[in-house]
Amino acid sequence: MTILNAILQGIFLGAFYAVLACGLSIMFGVMRIINLAHGDVAVLGAYIVLVIVDRTGVSAFVAFLIALPVMVVLGYALHFSVLERSLRAGILTPLLATFGLSIVIQNLLQLAFSPDVHSLGGSAGAVTTSSWQVTGGLSVSALGVLVLVTAVVVFGALQLLLSNTRLGWMMRATAEDADAAELVGINSRAVYASATALAVVIAALGGLFLGIRSVFDPVSGPTQLIFAFEAVVIGGMGSLWGTLLGGIALGIAQTLGAQIHPQFAVLAGHLLFLAVLVARFGGARVVLRTAR
Amino acid sequence: MKVERWTRTSRVFTGGLAVSVVILAAVPLIFDPDVVQKLTTLLILVLLAAMWNALAGYGGLLSVGQQAFIGMGAYATVFFANLGVPPYAAMLVATVVAGAISVPISLFALRLRAAQFAIGMWVIAEVASIVVRLDQNLGAGTGISLIQLNQYEPNFRQAYTFWLALGFAVIFLAALFLLLRSPLGVSLQAIRDDEDAARSIGVRVASRKRLLFVLAAFGCSAAGVLVVANTLFIEPGSVFSVQWSAYMIFMVLVGGLGTFEGPILGAILLFAIQATFTQGGPWYLVGLGATAAVFALALPRGLWGTVEERLGLRLMPVGYRVVGAKREETDG
Repeated sequence: MTILNAILQGIFLGAFYAVLACGLSIMFGVMRIINLAHGDVAVLGAYIVLVIVDRTGVSAFVAFLIALPVMVVLGYALHFSVLERSLRAGILTPLLATFGLSIVIQNLLQLAFSPDVHSLGGSAGAVTTSSWQVTGGLSVSALGVLVLVTAVVVFGALQLLLSNTRLGWMMRATAEDADAAELVGINSRAVYASATALAVVIAALGGLFLGIRSVFDPVSGPTQLIFAFEAVVIGGMGSLWGTLLGGIALGIAQTLGAQIHPQFAVLAGHLLFLAVLVARFGGARVVLRTAR
Repeated sequence: MKVERWTRTSRVFTGGLAVSVVILAAVPLIFDPDVVQKLTTLLILVLLAAMWNALAGYGGLLSVGQQAFIGMGAYATVFFANLGVPPYAAMLVATVVAGAISVPISLFALRLRAAQFAIGMWVIAEVASIVVRLDQNLGAGTGISLIQLNQYEPNFRQAYTFWLALGFAVIFLAALFLLLRSPLGVSLQAIRDDEDAARSIGVRVASRKRLLFVLAAFGCSAAGVLVVANTLFIEPGSVFSVQWSAYMIFMVLVGGLGTFEGPILGAILLFAIQATFTQGGPWYLVGLGATAAVFALALPRGLWGTVEERLGLRLMPVGYRVVGAKREETDG
């Protein structure tokens, strides 16, 4: 029963990783770049929610809705200040530039909020504490269900966006071949910027869940980035629903690892990630080559 | 028209470099131990920058996980010293052992590209860090001292460590220099300039990259060995920290990615910045990160690459120049 419970908790944890990974997956899918500051953007989102909660006293969820326009603006700013330039300069430049940005965000947060840890758990209401005891060893937390449902809704909404809206078509066309998309009148610049803004908004949602589930500090970002990237790779780079499944696989690996020893939790996730890379490198190589 | 390697500038400079190594070797005889310790740190930075540049500048392999080898080199030193190997011998053994771990890693890591390689290496560093944390004999998460070095008088210890650092820096920079000048080096520079084009004219890209990856791993392991020798205490949280990658990226980007001299310049700059902002602190790191990002976006050849391009200056003869009527020149 403890194994079954570990798997269940792993699914909830994995849904959280999937939300974190979603934006990374969108940006890789559309622009073929990985934003190494993605985790820090999520943590920045959590801090923005925290500030709104502190100033106004609203719940964390309401604060997130207030923060949304800010995140959209930040997304466009990120794109036009850093990403657009780096996209034109080869495959290493986006990584270098966003790695530098990651250090900048972490240390600006450090300056603004001190290195102390914070949590949004206290301002999220009853959802953080309530749970249902199914049987003796199996408990379902309301927060876990909320995160899982949110993850499915986010991925479903993205699927609808990509297959049924004009913006979605433009994104897919640009991802397929930006130059050809330009020829038929798509402004790839605007499409890329929208994809970044979307990724930043969903990253902030990941940050909200991070803050509600546990604690965060200014340097929490890199760990979140690694988990998010692992979810993307385990699920298959460039596949949207794969990212959801990859996140869940990562979550289950971590909770099962924790059954052996608490220190094994993160290790088990890393090993799953490396095993997937080893098993799939042939295929991943072909995908990446055709992508370029 | 003729092709030449050496120019007068590069002759003078390379000769000057050889002389300065001899002068540097005398440093421990003249200066206080704390000066010697600081200069050891500078040599570590030079070594790290040169190795990261070998990977990224010539192999096109951007790693955010070279701290894996730094940490393994440092912990292997403590491990072998605890087995009873004399400390300085333990350092040499540790460099070889930690460096050799790169061979099996390269078998799959080199198949990855761009972000997969960068973050894949980072995850390998995290795994190494967790494994150390699980081992009580290595001090687990709280760190461990290299107590065996206490048998030496502090002045002597600092001098020995400095000479070891100087030796490592000279060996690895010379290895890179000779590698770049050899026929292999021409293919490496071709890979740097355009990997697909190089492959299409028959350059064996994979084996060349492996060579650079293993060289960089040995160099970073040596740097890790020097870190523990210089500070006498290590903990997994700092020795496996991604901050090392941040420093390496800063030094190489600012100095000049894909140039031989640039990373040395970058290391000296970082050393000077660290000496100025001794408090460290967030503003200093904001500055480092922002500078690295700006260089990546706006000045991808770095300071030295830009100087080289504008003035045609070449201090270390790693390429060829074609000297014709118009004094036109090309890279190797």
